[in-house]
This record gives sequence, C-alpha cells and structure tokens, in this order.
Amino acid sequence: MLQDILVTGLVNGGVYALLAIGFSLIFGVARIVNIAHTAFYMLAAYCFYALLTQVGLGFALSAVLSIAAITALSLLCYRLVIEPVREHESAVLIATIALGLIFQELMLRAYGGSYLGVPSTIDGTMRLFGVSIAYQRLLILGVAALMLLATWFFLYRTRTGLAIRATANDLEVANLMGMNVHRVAMVTVAVSVGLAAIAGVVVTPVTPVHPQMWLEPLVTMLAIVVLGGIGSLKGSLIGALIIAYVEAITVFALPAGAYLKGAVALLIMVFVLLARPEGLFGVAFEEER
Amino acid sequence: MYLLRRVWAELKNEVLVLPSRVLVLVWVLGVLALPLVYADPYVLRILTMTCIFAIFAASWDLLAGYTGQVNFGHALFFGAGAYGSALLSLKLELSPWATIWAGAVLATLAGLLVGYICLRLRGSYLSLATLAFPLIALGLLFAFPDFSGGELGVTGLKRLATGAVGNYYLAALSMLVIVFALWLLADSKFGIVLHAIRDDEVAARASGINTPRYKVAVFAVSGAAAGFSGALFAHYLRVAGPSTLETALSFQVVIWGIFGGVATIYGAVAAVFLLYPLTEWLGSFKAFGELRLLIFAVIVLIVLLFMPRGLAPWVRDKIEAQCPRCKQRNAAWKKTCRLCGVRLKTQIAGAESLVGHQ
Repeated sequence: MLQDILVTGLVNGGVYALLAIGFSLIFGVARIVNIAHTAFYMLAAYCFYALLTQVGLGFALSAVLSIAAITALSLLCYRLVIEPVREHESAVLIATIALGLIFQELMLRAYGGSYLGVPSTIDGTMRLFGVSIAYQRLLILGVAALMLLATWFFLYRTRTGLAIRATANDLEVANLMGMNVHRVAMVTVAVSVGLAAIAGVVVTPVTPVHPQMWLEPLVTMLAIVVLGGIGSLKGSLIGALIIAYVEAITVFALPAGAYLKGAVALLIMVFVLLARPEGLFGVAFEEER
Repeated sequence: MYLLRRVWAELKNEVLVLPSRVLVLVWVLGVLALPLVYADPYVLRILTMTCIFAIFAASWDLLAGYTGQVNFGHALFFGAGAYGSALLSLKLELSPWATIWAGAVLATLAGLLVGYICLRLRGSYLSLATLAFPLIALGLLFAFPDFSGGELGVTGLKRLATGAVGNYYLAALSMLVIVFALWLLADSKFGIVLHAIRDDEVAARASGINTPRYKVAVFAVSGAAAGFSGALFAHYLRVAGPSTLETALSFQVVIWGIFGGVATIYGAVAAVFLLYPLTEWLGSFKAFGELRLLIFAVIVLIVLLFMPRGLAPWVRDKIEAQCPRCKQRNAAWKKTCRLCGVRLKTQIAGAESLVGHQ
C-alpha cells in the first residue's frame, strides 16, 4: 500500500503540477483568473481521442497536432474574448467561466456525455521495489518531468522568459522598459495552455474522457495554486505534490476515501491558508492602491 | 385620505421622476400581478425558481460586490439552507415553516465560519479558497450517505403551500422583502462602510472602522439570505440534493452577479430575471433542448463584450445622468438638474472626442 501511495502521488502530482504552473503563469503575467484553464485540458483530451481513434493517426502525430490545435484555439479565444474586456477584472472572470461552459457543452453536443477511452500508448508493467507500475504511468511521469524542466529552462534561461518574469513582477515598469507586454501576454497564454494541453493528452489513456472532466482537476488545481502561493512556480510544484500525496493517502488509507479525497485536500489548503494567507511560497506584497 | 395624498406625493416626487425607479415600480407590480393575469403553471414554476435564485444572486452581490470578497463558494450557503431545512423537517418532522428559518440560521453560522476563516485572505486568494468550502461539505455528505441520502439527496419534503399560485406568491413575496431589505442595508451606513472596505481597507481601518467585524458580518448576512433561498428551493422542489452545493451553482451565481453589474443588488436581480426565464424558454424548444447551458454562456459572453461593466450600470447610464454639481441622478433627457437647477449638458464642440479616450 505504501508503494501504491508513493507511485500514485508522484504521477498525479506531475499532472497537477503541469496544470497548476500554467494557471499560475497566466495569473502572474496577465492577472487573469483563467477558470477555463482545465477546459483546455479537456479539449486536448477530446482532440487527442478524435485524432487517434476516429482519424486514425499515430500516437505521436495526434498528440502533437492536438497540443498545437488547442494552443492555437486558446490564442484565438484570448484575442476575441478576453482582450476586449481586459480592463474589467470581473468581466474577464466570467468570460473565462462562460468559455469553460461553452467548451463543455460543445463537447457534450459532439460526443455525448458517455465516458470515452483511449488505448494505452505502451502496454505492460514493470516491477519496482515490489510494486508493479504500468509503463503508461511512467510515461506520464516522464513527460511531466520533462515539461517542467523545459518550462523552467524557458522562464529562467531565455530572453522571452525573462520578459515574462519581468511583466509578472511589474507590468507597468516592464512596459516602460520597452517590452511588448501584449506579446508577452500572448506568449504566456500559449505556454500556459500548451502545458494544460500536454497534461490533457498524456492522461487520456488512464482517465476516462467526458465533458465534465475539467471540473474536478479545476478545483484541485486552484487549491494547489493557492496552497503554493499564486504566481510562484516553485510553490505550484510543491503544492501539487502535497495535494497529490494527500489525495493518494486518503484514497488508500481511509474508508470512503474516494469521496473524501477532494474534501481532505481542500481542508489541508484551508489550514495552510490560516497559517500563511499568502500560500507557502507566495510573496505578501502590499496591495496596489 | 391624507395618507393617500402623502403616498401619491411621494410617488410623484421620488419615484416617477427617475426612469430607473419607474422601471423598478413596474417590475414590482408586474411580479405581484402576474398570477392574476396569466396563471399558466409552467410559467409560474419558472418564475418561482427565478424569484428564489434572485434572492440568492442578490445575497452574493452584497458580499462580493460591496466588500469585494468575491465568493466562489456561495453555493455553500444555498446548500446549507437546503440541507439544514430538509434534514430538520424530515428527521424531526417539524413544520417547513419553522425549518426554513433553521436552514437560514445554519447558513448564517456557515457564513460566520467562512467569514472568520477568510479574514486574512484577500483578492484572488479569497475567491479561490472559498471555492473549496462547498466541495468539502459535498465530500462529507457523500461520505455519510445514510444521513444525507448521498447522490439522491434528501427527498420527500413537504411543500410550504399548495398550488402553483400559492408557491409563487410565497417565493415572490420573500424575494421582494429580502431584496428590498438587502438594498436598504446596502444603501445605509453599513453599505457605505462596505464600499469603503472594498475600495481601500487600510484607509477604512485608519478611519476607525472595525473592518474584520464588518467583513464577518456581511458574510453572515449574505449567508442568511442565501440560506433562506436554499431552504425555499428545497421545499419547492421537495428535494435537497447535491446539486445545491455544486461548483456549477457557485459559478452560476457569479455569472448572474457580474452580468447584472456588481455592487448594485438590483443588477443581480435583473440578471436573474432576464437570464433564467430566457434560458428556460429557449431550452423548451426541441431544437435547443440540450443547448440551454451553451446558449446561456454565449449570451453572457456576447453581452459582456458590449457592456463590460454589466447590464444594470449600462442601462442606468443610458437613461439617467448625474448632476455635475449636486451628484443627484436625473433622467437623461432633462436639460437642468431636478434639484439644484444647474444645466446638465454643457455642450462644447468636440469636447466628447477629446475626453473620450481615457
């Protein structure tokens, strides 16, 4: 059981981290609370499903195509829906909620409400320390780790990454220093949704695809981001691991744990916030006045 | 006779002078008179739900609009009211007339608790953290299905009144009373303090306002109203199910509140009265049947692109103008202020285009 907890926590933690870091990035740079973030994850899963089982492309090709398509879609949504109301924070908020609902209903219309499955990318299991791990889960973990490394490299070792961090730190000063904040915002949206799309594609073989699949990770993701501190990437990663392990422990160790896993994870978040209102790694900065 | 003249004078001088107040008067009379004119049970059913949700949306607006504590978990109060009232009336076999108040009290306690926990949080942290509370409650309900009925919820409740008209009047009168009470509260000194807290909490505190007390109090008041609507909802549908705690309901009320225009109370109510019957009506068509939520979201999105501040402020700015000197509102077509007589529109050629882009 201990090994089960360790492995499940690590794999889920990786996926959650992909989602949470994307959300955190876009909040930090553009101050958008993107409720539709996990809806893009759901769309990527559907797109992957369609390309793989209905069009019949290979795994790699459909994965790349669906990630690219969803990223392009997100940029389109940003330009058409979010950008015109950027100055009104509350309007942006419900615009993203409405987007999420629209995607959910469109998928419900197109594919019905039933659970769809995708065959696993690689079959077989390996034994490690006496616990059998499906290769599929190892693949998820590998992709998640690779993507986190790539994101870190992009943000901390490239000029664009520097611009993104600078904009997140202070939008006005970044603008005055000659950074094109609009383009920075676009790049951030693309990176953020790209990460969500990757998460959606890699989990499809182990998670049923259905129109409501964005709500559960949405809540978990928000809990992680708040727990780790909004805008902090390190916080998102560590928060993701904490929440994933708490969930895994609840599921395996408590009776009726499957119902309680969300509640326990959220309770942990509330307790952390009671002690540290700005999250574990968030910076408590003075309010803009 | 004197009283009647007095009422007429009040009406003429305070209500009929402003188009927005006339609109409210027409709406109130319409809500009250509808069953006498058109008592179709289907329409009454939809409007009863509209009234219940209007209370809910108005309570959200008091909390989120006025103090800026944008609550993403408002369904907690709705669910607390629904489940509290349902369980009490079913397990203890109390009359629903009593348990509705008990449900509201339970929701008030939930409001006090959430408000207390969230005192140190602000901005987006508060929004995202509050999202957790209804889900925690939902997890607990699912973990004890014998007590809560699990997925099915608490069924077999008694209705408050018999007949569609009775239920409609119950919901409509509670809605009018509660919404007007909330509006009066928001317009009182209490409401001004809430405005101050949203705009600048530090300054409010420096002015000697005990802001934590106000923030918890507004959570409690808002929770009470939302709990009352939840209890009404449970007894109207005769079931208190998990749907009363779902994230979807929390999002729904956020959409209503912001779509109508925040910090107005009437905006949230107007949004519910427009959006809920509209989506139900469109949903009743065969062609649209399954598309109810999709249409809802698309309408919200499109309207938002044109009125980013919300529906009610947009309409109000179209039909009314503020006097530059005494800050009183006037009908947009008036040339001089109705109170201080100053000219409302000083036309300078090209001035609009100069100051328009700020």
